[in-house]
Order: sequence, then C-alpha cells, then structure tokens
Amino acid sequence: MKISGNKLFVTALKKEGVDTVFGYPGGMVVNLLDELYNAPGINMVLPRHEQGLIHAADGYARATGKVGVCLVTSGPGATNLVTGIANANYDSIPLVCFTGQVPEYLIGNDAFQEVDIVGITRNVAKFVIMVRDREMLAQRIKEAFYIARSGKPGPVLVDLPADVMAELGSTSYPTEVTIRGYKPNTSIHIGQLKKALTLLKRAKKPMFLIGGGVNIAGAQAELTELVEKLEIPVVTSVMGRGAIATDHRLYFGNIGMHGCFTANRIANECDLMVSIGCRFNDRVTGRIATFAPNAKIIHIDIESAAISRNIIVDIPIVSDAKLAITKMLELTKPMKHEKWVADIVKWQEKYPLSVDCTSGVNPQKIMETLNEIYADKDTIFTSDVGQHQMWANQYLRLDDRHRLIQSGGLGTMGFGLPSAVGAQIGCREKEVVSINGDGGFQMNMQELATGVVESLPLVNVILNNTFLGMVRQMQTQFHKGRFALTNLNCYKSETGEVIDKGFEEMEYVPNFVKVAESYNSKGYRVTKDEDLKSTIEEARAYAMEHKRPVIVECMVSPDQLVMPWIPGGKSFDDILL
Amino acid sequence: MREVSNIKKKRWVSLYVENRIGVMARIASMMAGKSYNIDSITVGKTEDPTVSRMTIGLSSDDPTFEQIKKQLNRCVEVIKLNDITDAPTHMKEILFFKIHDCSEFEKGEIFRIATVFGAKAIDYGIDSVLLECVATEGKNNDLIKLLMEKFKKVEVVRGGIVAIESISMTDR
Repeated sequence: MKISGNKLFVTALKKEGVDTVFGYPGGMVVNLLDELYNAPGINMVLPRHEQGLIHAADGYARATGKVGVCLVTSGPGATNLVTGIANANYDSIPLVCFTGQVPEYLIGNDAFQEVDIVGITRNVAKFVIMVRDREMLAQRIKEAFYIARSGKPGPVLVDLPADVMAELGSTSYPTEVTIRGYKPNTSIHIGQLKKALTLLKRAKKPMFLIGGGVNIAGAQAELTELVEKLEIPVVTSVMGRGAIATDHRLYFGNIGMHGCFTANRIANECDLMVSIGCRFNDRVTGRIATFAPNAKIIHIDIESAAISRNIIVDIPIVSDAKLAITKMLELTKPMKHEKWVADIVKWQEKYPLSVDCTSGVNPQKIMETLNEIYADKDTIFTSDVGQHQMWANQYLRLDDRHRLIQSGGLGTMGFGLPSAVGAQIGCREKEVVSINGDGGFQMNMQELATGVVESLPLVNVILNNTFLGMVRQMQTQFHKGRFALTNLNCYKSETGEVIDKGFEEMEYVPNFVKVAESYNSKGYRVTKDEDLKSTIEEARAYAMEHKRPVIVECMVSPDQLVMPWIPGGKSFDDILL
Repeated sequence: MREVSNIKKKRWVSLYVENRIGVMARIASMMAGKSYNIDSITVGKTEDPTVSRMTIGLSSDDPTFEQIKKQLNRCVEVIKLNDITDAPTHMKEILFFKIHDCSEFEKGEIFRIATVFGAKAIDYGIDSVLLECVATEGKNNDLIKLLMEKFKKVEVVRGGIVAIESISMTDR
C-alpha cells in the first residue's frame, strides 16, 4: 500500500509521541491540516500569529520537557517564525518547525508565498532541511526530532514542498536513527573530571556558577545534593535561575549585569569557579579581563564549542550537566567551607537586594505578593523581557514547585504571554502566571484570544510604567534623560507637535482593563501596594472560575531603576548599587 | 594569567560533508555569520557520491581557529574535519592567466617564464597567450606577481586550493 506524504506525516507525529501541535493554516499546508483534522490524540492549537505560535510551542517545550511542534504555511507563515526560532536556539529549546513550501517545480520562480525559509533560518537554527524526496520524508522527520531533543537541544526546521507531501509512497516510519555527521556526546572524560576534583579539594573559596544547562538536564535535585555535600556557594545566570531553590542557604542570587552584589562579589573573590551548563555570555561576565580575576575555572558544558570561547578555562569538560553532577557526587567526599560561606553571608546582609520605591507600585512587592499567593501551588511563571524580568529574577521565589520560563539569550520582547499559553496547555494541572511590561505585552497581545478559546486560567501581570523601561534606564544613566523612542505615552499632533502625556495623566493606550474585557475576560488595575494581594487573589479566582486569562495591570513609576547594575562591558568594581 | 597567542597564521581544513543542496551555503554562511574570513574554499564530490570534500584556507589566530573548527564540527552536515595546517599534504591550485596585446618578443619572455614556473601554454592567438599553471598557492602568487609587473592587459582565474594527505612525501 502507498500513502501520501501528508498521511505519513500524521503517522510520524504519533510515533514521535506528539500530543500537541501549534499550527496556523495556509495554502501550502491545507491538505496536511486536512489529514490532521480530527486525528485522535493530537491537540491542534490555533494561536493568532505565527510569532505567538512559536513562542507558545517554546513555552510548551520548556514546561513539559517535550519537543514543541509548529506547523505553519509557506512564505509569511514561515518568516513569522524566525524570531521564535532564534529565541529557541539561544536558549537551547527543542522545537520542530514544519513549514509548508510551494511545489518543487515552482521553487525559485518567486511564486506566491514562496520564500527560501531554509536559507533564511540556516544561521539561527540547530538544523534546517527541505524534504525533496517523498521516500526520504519519514527519515527526515525522524532525524528532525532526534536532533532537536538530543545533545544540546535546539530548533529544527523542516520545509515541506506541497508536491512532495502529495506524492504517494512508503508507509513505514524508521525506529532507529543514525546521522554520520551528528554524534552528541553522552559520556564524560573521567580523567578531566578527576583533575577538576583535585582543584576543588585544594580550593579555599570555591563557587558554582550554574547556567540553563542544569535546568534543561533536569538536574536540580542532584545539584542541590552536591552543593550541600560540598558546602559550596552557588550563583546562577538568568537561565540557571531556579536550578537550586532560591531560598537555599547556599544560594546567593544571579550573577551579571542585573544580578546581585553578593553573587558578583563571590565571582570576583573566589579562587575556583565551577561552571555547569553556562556559556559565559557577556551579560554574565561583563568585562572579560577582570572577570573572576583570582579564579581557576572549570567549565562543564555539553557543547564543546561553548568552552573556551568567551573565557579561557583551566579545565574543560564536555558533558551533560546531570551526568557530570552525578559523577561528582560519586567521586567526592563531603567538604566544609564555613569561613568562606560566613563571609559571603556578611556581604549579603550588608548589601541585600531591595527596591527603593517612592511612588507607584513597588515592583519588589509585586513579586513578593506572587510568592505569597502561589506559595503552596505548583506554579510556572513566565516572563517577558525588560525591567520586570530582572525584578522577577531578583524577587520571585523558585524551587521544585515554582519555575520561571523566560527568554534569556535572545531577549525577545513579546515572549511572556504566548509562552504562558504554551506552558499552560502543556501543564493543565499547574497554575501559570505571566509577568510582562507594558511594551512587551503589546507585542503579542493577540494571544489573549488563544488563552480564551483554549480555556486557560492565566494570570497576566503587567508592570505598566508607560515606558520601555530597560532602555529608558540606560537613557537615564548615559544619555542625560533624553528618552528617545521609549515613551509609550507620548502623543504627536497632526502637525507633529510632541505632547508628553506623562505618567500621571492616564491617557495610555491601550487601556489594558478594557483589553481584557474585549476578550470577554476581566482586567484589574493596581495603583497602591496595599491593593496588590487582594486584587491578584481576586483576579486569580476569576481566572480559575471562568477558565480565562485575566490581566492585572500594576502602575509602576517610570523612574524606578533595576539595581544593582554593572553597565555593559564593565567590571565588578564599576557596580552601581 | 590566562594568556593566548593572537598571532594570525595561515590554516587549512579539509572537510567531509554531506553531498546535498545547501551544504556549501551552510558552511559559507556560518563562517560569514561569525565573521570568519575565508581565503579559499573548494568543493567537489568524492569517491562516495553522497559525500563531498571541501578544502578551506583561512587566516586566523589560535583561539579563533579552535572556535572555527568546533563550529564546523557542530554542523550536522559535517561528517569529518581534518586540520591539515601542519600535516604533510599535496596541495595544488589551478591558475589560468591570459595575456593580451603581447608582441613577438614578449611571447618569448612568456614562454621562458612558463618553463621556469612549470606552467603550460594551452591556447594561443596572434597577440595573446593563455597559460595554465597547476602549482601551490604560493607559486601561483609569484607567477601572477611577475606577469602583472610586465603585462597590463591580463585576465586571471584561480580555482582555489585542493588538498589531499600525502602517502610518503612531505613536500607540498
């Protein structure tokens, strides 16, 4: 028997264990969608824009650990995925993106809705391929899932010309996959690890720098055990946040640009840095020449290309984070670093994180209120990009029941809401809260509709300061308060006269409360700290009862800065407190 | 404390890649995207028709070259990478050099130069000569330099370097 490529595609998804597809229709996938129509066991989700779609698939993948699957049409459908592909690539998120393509005989003719999506995405994906032969279809899909989820995970794009998909061919789907150019590392060099452990034994002031790799590997429990066994202080990158409970006695916060004083000082003073699953991004290191000046560095990463790229390290170890941590647990004896830890605790007491707030709602209070309300609930927080993200990093309490999903590497505004949609679709049993700025929320606001029709009780918190705050903060510090293009409440008359409506005069558009209402849900506005708890609780109750996303808009002063701050390219000594 | 050599040096990489549409573009665009400068790149099918072999020449310092090799190895389409910078290899480039407007006397000169450099005259006109030289990159550079000093109206086509590991000879 022979079947069409479209029919085989459905078989392939089932064999790969796909239960959810984030799809958007179009001419070049309409036949494929017909095969998926009513396919049992596959939940088809229709987001409202392809960028929202891929961020939703991304949020789904981060929340569930499964591969996120996108299916969009050719041309604009495919190009709208590009930002999301790059976003997933920089944060190592497994996605398989299927794009429709015009029939092969039209490729290169500037046909309607034809783009060279393989060429466009080549440099921002883990792997891209066009299926040109019907008999290769099954193998290519199998390879796509394998590449996406193995090694250092990442997005894979598979371009599907309509005629190849229509062609009749074999029904079989491979069970094995071998790619001669792709052999992800599954072991660890014990000799290198032993050298590292020798350094560790000698070190007086060791530290762990933990990156997103530990969260991706699901090694949070093992890390905690190791940290306690060795009594070594831990700091995290943005992507590593939550790898160990944030209220653990040996956890001292995020390192880097908007990390805390203590974490940065630990890096500055330590004599040994053990980094696991972190690529020493510039936001982490600041000025390379003065980063960890007294330390020997052990760098454990699954990607050999990530090692000795930004920082020259003393002992490179290529390994999966979980494997490395497990082996370290096996090969080490308990240690004590009482004096070192006591010193650090003193720094922390002297320079605690806190927001100095004189007007508007205090961002710290917003996060602490969320901590309080969601303390006993399994919760996924998602964050957009900007000041609110840094406050979420600084003040949200994370542990094995409270996770934070955010766009770390690419810093994609518009990620918060759609990733919450995807996370909730993947984890119906958990509660999902998205934290947004007023700028980023507007970038994919249309996904509220997806939340409504999918019955998702999302609580969407918006910190509205009427500005693009993170850039405004740079303009405050380095551009004499000249707020070029960052004022979202600045009007122009027909003649071009600029009218700054200011923070107090609320002519801000859109009115987020009415936005929520227009989506048949409810919006709330908070202007005082005292109202935070009751309002968020009420909003949550409404969302739960009506199974709809709600908006809680918190009015935050635009003058509020994220502190501390090591400006880009500067050192620990330049920290602004 | 952590010191690295930043001296730029000529490097050679031999790559086995999947023989598929887009693989050349993948390699070239990755290199361009990361600001690695390619001096020379050649590609062709091997004894196995599903595999192509590329020879890439570039100039870089040690850490950058390490990173380039890792990034190339990361590409799913790359089957195997050999760093042949310091390996005994045979390395040759084909060069076509067409000289216009040359006199009878100059033609004599061209033929003498060709003999010395091991180039061949493969085509001939009333007042023009076409030379072909299969030699190392350096030797071709020298030949071009010499001929350019003397002749103004010329055309140069270089094929890029191909390389293969030696069996027993160590001279390139």
